Parts: sequence; C-alpha cells; structure tokens
Amino acid sequence: MNLEFTAEEQAFRDEVRAFIAENYPKHLADFGMREDMEREDFLAWHKILGKKGWSVPAWPTEYGGTGWTPTQRYIWSEENARASTVMPLPFGVSMVGPVIYTFGNAEQKAKHLPGIVSGDVWWCQGYSEPGAGSDLASLKTTAVRDGDHYIINGQKTWTTLAQHADWGFFLCRTDPTAKQQEGISFILVDMKTPGVEVKPIKLLDGGYEVNETWLTDVRVPVENLVGQENKGWTYAKFLLAHERSGIAGVARSKRGIEKLREIAANESLDGAPLIKDFDFAKKVSQLEIDLAALEITELRTLAGEQAGKGPGPESSILKIKGTEIQQRLTELTLEAVGTYGAPYMGGVSNDNGSNEFPVGPDYATHAAATYFNMRKTSIYGGSNEIQRNIITKMILGL
Amino acid sequence: MDFNFTEEQDMVRAGLSRLVREQYDWETRRKAIASSAGWRPEVWAQLAELGILGMPFSEADGGFGGGAVDAMVIMQEFGKGLVVEPFIPTVVCAGGFLKHGGTAAQKEEHIGGIVAGSAVFAFAYAEPRGRFDYADLETTAAKDGAGYVLNGHKAVVIGAPWASHLIVTARTGGARRDRDGVSVFVVAKDAAGITTRDYVTVDGRRASEVYFENVALPADALIGEEGAGLALIELVTDEAIAALCAEACGAMKVAHAMTVEYSRQRKQFGVPIGSFQVLQHRMVDMYTAYEQALSLTYLATLRLGSDERARKQAVSAAKVGVGQAARLIGQEAVQIHGGNGVTDEYAIGHFFKRLTIFDSEFGNVDHHLKRHVSLG
Repeated sequence: MNLEFTAEEQAFRDEVRAFIAENYPKHLADFGMREDMEREDFLAWHKILGKKGWSVPAWPTEYGGTGWTPTQRYIWSEENARASTVMPLPFGVSMVGPVIYTFGNAEQKAKHLPGIVSGDVWWCQGYSEPGAGSDLASLKTTAVRDGDHYIINGQKTWTTLAQHADWGFFLCRTDPTAKQQEGISFILVDMKTPGVEVKPIKLLDGGYEVNETWLTDVRVPVENLVGQENKGWTYAKFLLAHERSGIAGVARSKRGIEKLREIAANESLDGAPLIKDFDFAKKVSQLEIDLAALEITELRTLAGEQAGKGPGPESSILKIKGTEIQQRLTELTLEAVGTYGAPYMGGVSNDNGSNEFPVGPDYATHAAATYFNMRKTSIYGGSNEIQRNIITKMILGL
Repeated sequence: MDFNFTEEQDMVRAGLSRLVREQYDWETRRKAIASSAGWRPEVWAQLAELGILGMPFSEADGGFGGGAVDAMVIMQEFGKGLVVEPFIPTVVCAGGFLKHGGTAAQKEEHIGGIVAGSAVFAFAYAEPRGRFDYADLETTAAKDGAGYVLNGHKAVVIGAPWASHLIVTARTGGARRDRDGVSVFVVAKDAAGITTRDYVTVDGRRASEVYFENVALPADALIGEEGAGLALIELVTDEAIAALCAEACGAMKVAHAMTVEYSRQRKQFGVPIGSFQVLQHRMVDMYTAYEQALSLTYLATLRLGSDERARKQAVSAAKVGVGQAARLIGQEAVQIHGGNGVTDEYAIGHFFKRLTIFDSEFGNVDHHLKRHVSLG
C-alpha cells in the first residue's frame, strides 16, 4: 500500500495543472459554481475540454473517454477544485451519457453522445414527481404508445437547471398494470417538443435552480426509448449509483476548507484571528479529519473500480458523508462571518429585495445563501435516509 | 416554586395568539416583508393599543407593571408567527436602557413614545470587527464642551430602517476592548451626520449599516454613567437574549409541529412517512430539544433579576441550549420536509432561516459557552 503519486502521476498532475492555468476562461476564475450564471458560462469550460478530449474522462475511450486511471481522474478533479473551475454539469456527462453508452442502441449513441462530449447539448433529469420523491418507483407520469410515438403526460419536479435544457431523460410508466418497478421506461425527450413546460421553483435562498416540468400530450418518437420498454428502473438505478460516486465532492470540500481558514484568519475574536480560537479551530480540524477519512474511502472505491468492480452500494457512504461534510463546511463558513451573515444579497439568483452591492466583506456575501442552499444535498440524489436504507439492505443484509 | 402564568399573562398570550393567527397569516407576512416598508406599522399601532408595548414598564414610568415573564410570553407568540416588528430593539433594549440607566427626564421623554407606539428604536452596538464583544468598539464619542461628538460605523443594526431613534454604544475613553470607557447614548435617527444603508436580512427583517460622522450629542444624550456603560449593556443584552430565546422557542414549537403534521400527510411507499421509526425518533429528539430549550429560557428569564453571576450563567446557558436546539430543529425540520423544505413557498424554510440567524445575535453558542466557563 502506498499513497504517494508515481513519477508519471506527478508529471500528469503538472500537465493538467498547466493546461488549466493556460486554458481556463479568465472571467470565470475562482468562481466556483453559481446557479445564476449565464448558460454560456456553465458550458465554457466543458466546451474547451470537449475540444481537448477531456470532458468525459470516465467514459470508455471509444465514446470519448480519456482512458485515465482512477488515480489520474482523482488528480484531475483535485486540480479543477484547486482552481475552482466551473466543471461540466453531471446531467449529460455522469447521468444520461453512461446510460446511453451502456444500454442505448447504435443510433442513440451516434445521435446523443457527441453533443454531451462537446458540451453543445444541455440535458436535464426528469425523475422526481410531487408524489414520488424517496419512493421514486411510485411515479405516475405515463407514456402511452400511439403508433410510432409515445404520448407522455405527467408532472416532474426538482428538474435542476431545466430552464437551459435542450434534452431531458424521463422516467415514465409504460405498463400501468405491472408491479411498480416493472412498468417504467427510460425515454429521451427533446425539451422543445410541444407540451413540455418548465416552471421555475423559488428556493429558500432566493435562487431559481430547480423547476417543475409539466408534460401534456407530449409526442415523442419511439426511437427515443432507451433499452427495453418497462426495463427503465434497471437503468435508473444504474444511473443513481453513478450519480452517487461523483457526489462526495472531496476535492471541492478541501478547497472550501482552505477558504474557510482564510476567512477565519481575517475575522477577529478578542483581538486575535478567529482561526487562533481553540473552539473554532477544533471544529475546522474535526471537519478536516472527516474529510481525510472520506478521501481515502473514495480512493478505495476508485481502486475497486480500477480492479473492475462497478460502483456498488458502498457508494452510499460517499453520498452520506460527502454531503454531511459539504453542509458542515457551509455551516462553519456562516459561523465564521458572524454578524455579516444576516444581510440578504439575493440567492444565487434572485428576483426582488436584494441589495445592489455587498454589505460587509465579500466573503460574507453568499455565506448564508450557500448554507441554506446546501441543505438540498442530503435530500437530493436519493435522500441520506434512502442511502442508509440501501446500506441496510445491500450491505448489512437486513 | 411556581411555573404558572398569571391570569393576565394568559390573557396576553391568548390575545397575541389570536392576533398572529388572524392578522399575521403566512401570505400577509410574505407580502409585508417584500413591501418597500418591510413591516406593518398598523400592527405596531395595534400592539400599542393592546398595551403590549407598555407591558414591561412600571406603572410609575407609564407602563403596565409587567416584567421579564411578560416579555417572554409576548416573544414566544411573536416567534410562532415570525413577527418581524421590532419589539426587542424598542421595548426590551431601548426600554431596558431607559429603565435601568435613564434619568427621570430621559424616561419622561422616551418611554411614553414607546408605550404609545410613536417612538421606534434600534440598538446600534455591533461593529464590523467587534464579533460579539460589546467593548470591542471603534465608534467614539469625544467630549465636546458639555456634549459629545460621535463618529463610527455600526453593523447590521436590526430594525434601523423603521426606527425614529437609536441607542448607540461608543467609546468615551480607554483602549479598544477595555471594560472601562464604554458609554451608551440615545440619539434621534434624523440627527445631522447620521447616514444609513438599509437592506433586507436573510430571515426577512430589515437592518442597516449606520454611519456617524461628527454627530453632535447633547450632554443629556448619555444614558447611565460616562465610561461605565458596559455593565448596563450586559444587563440589557441579557434581557434581550432571554426575550430572543423566547422568540426562538415559539419558532421551534411551530417548526416541530409543522414537521410532525407534514410527516402525517406526506405519503411515500404507500404509508405516511411519519410511520417510519427513523423519522419518529428524530422528531422525538426535536421535541426533547425544544422542551429543554424552553426550560433554559424559563431559567434565564427568572434569573434576570438575580445577582450578576447567576444572571449571566443562566442567560449564557439559555443562549447555548436554545442555539443548539435551534440548529437541530431547523435542520431536521427541513430534512424531514424533503425537497419542499428547501423551497421558498413552504413556511418551514423561513422558520429554519430565522432559527439560523438567531445564533449570531448577541453572541453565538461558542461565545456563551466561553462566558459560562469564565463564570466558573
């Protein structure tokens, strides 16, 4: 066992670090991820990476993957976090892309994968419904066969950034008589199809990043069915396991802890920097310890993948701990900024009542909004309660 | 020993409960906090009419002879409706400074206006670099003839956009963070040299950055003794903390009740999610945390009149316990509401936000744990 990078890996790190420094758009430097960005800002880095051939590292090389080892992929995400880049969104790259290249037919691969690789096509995820959250399999949206089309009716919710989406992947019930999980199909929908309506949902931080998506008599060609009819649940579960493996956000949290330390060095308590306060420093250390554990756990999972094991139920650990750490980080950041956490600067994208320019230090501006916003992480992607259920069932065998 | 409320206190609670229910419903509140005023002066006038704003003042001062327990009852009910009107800054803080440190003339001048609802106060104590230390002041009041000249910048002054008057802490002597040399002043907000930058807070209230530039204060603007204001500030902010804890208890009670109700209504896997033991036990932990927090709020409120050490111990204990409960209940309430919990539409997110900002007011959990330790 050995944690050190080999000479080749160090060379790889230098190469990607230099590439990021030279090619990452200057106007998005140290920007992180903000939901109020313009569509083109979300896609800028993705498109540059698409040209370089680095936008979908984990994919098989025949579809555009880089063939990097898990260690190289780890280095890649570390280096991106270090520069706070706006990474390609997961909906195409980590969700529908792997479903299409694993279960889709040749036409679907040819039609859809290049747009994901290049960053030209924006995807959104139509899974949850108002009545089907944790119990996703109880979804009610229907797709009824009519000649060579499906007619889709229903309401999806929490469709993240669907306001920008060109295409969506939707779970629809195609056999209402079958047992819950067995009558579901995985269907690709062009978001410009008549009958698709996207309505924004305002979140508690004041921002708009999720939507209700209404589907009314939406006619979709049958060739947009991925895999077999009524087998969609299998693909949905496959996708969720993939989604979970990226959800830990270790590298980003590491960068977040660095920023937290910078803030706490700038804030003062009893005439000394806050970071010198034992009580506060202790909490930051505790967070770092939790993150160190998670990092090694994630690396162990990656090593398993390298040995040919797909992401299994243990990826639920990554989701639970990763999101708990992200939430704790935003909580400590809000605590660090003290009194200046209270002024409202708008959510990540706001409508009314916001202030025109920051009150207090810049780093305090989004501290509360980010803390509020990050409560979603233990709810989405299969709530942390559901993740515990998965571990209970799949690992403990209870 | 007696944990019963008086008949009058029960009546106040019932009256305010009805007012919040009937006139402070969710949609009305939502519109009010989004309006340009950001509050409802007509509610304030009604509170004056009901005698609420005069409750904690003695009859000799023109009030109704109530005390800290009355303020607690009032703030619990306000907390249940997330009432934004500035009872704590005006009645508890400004009222407290006048009661404990004001001259007869100052009481005469200001308490009548508070009781009648015509004078609204904000308490300008926090500074950009002060972090919960009332003595860590860069604002100065320099002696100038018989009066003073005030210069400085106060941060996040809650309710200042609505205020007619400000209570301001400033250094009249000593070095930054010295216990001695801190003084308290009352000043009309329209005095020459005062400018504000007003804004919305994340929990739906209004606040200002307040800038003082060579503001001339007459000698009688000083409340209490020059340079010896810190003890007075500690007393009044302890009273404010007790009231704030009562507000948080009201908010926590509603947040918990909403969550239990949601878990009854929301069905997944064919059953109400409230039937899952893992959620049941968490809602039990929320309930327990609330009851413990309420007990500490009673303790703090009843110890406000005790000797300084006992008072500070009880108040810090409450701020710690209520702060921890507010965090637990706020976070769990959102989590159990699932996606709906993080929307603007559901009330629960707004309770969560108020319970979050509570911790940063008048010292957070760490600050009060330290103060508790320092008292031995």
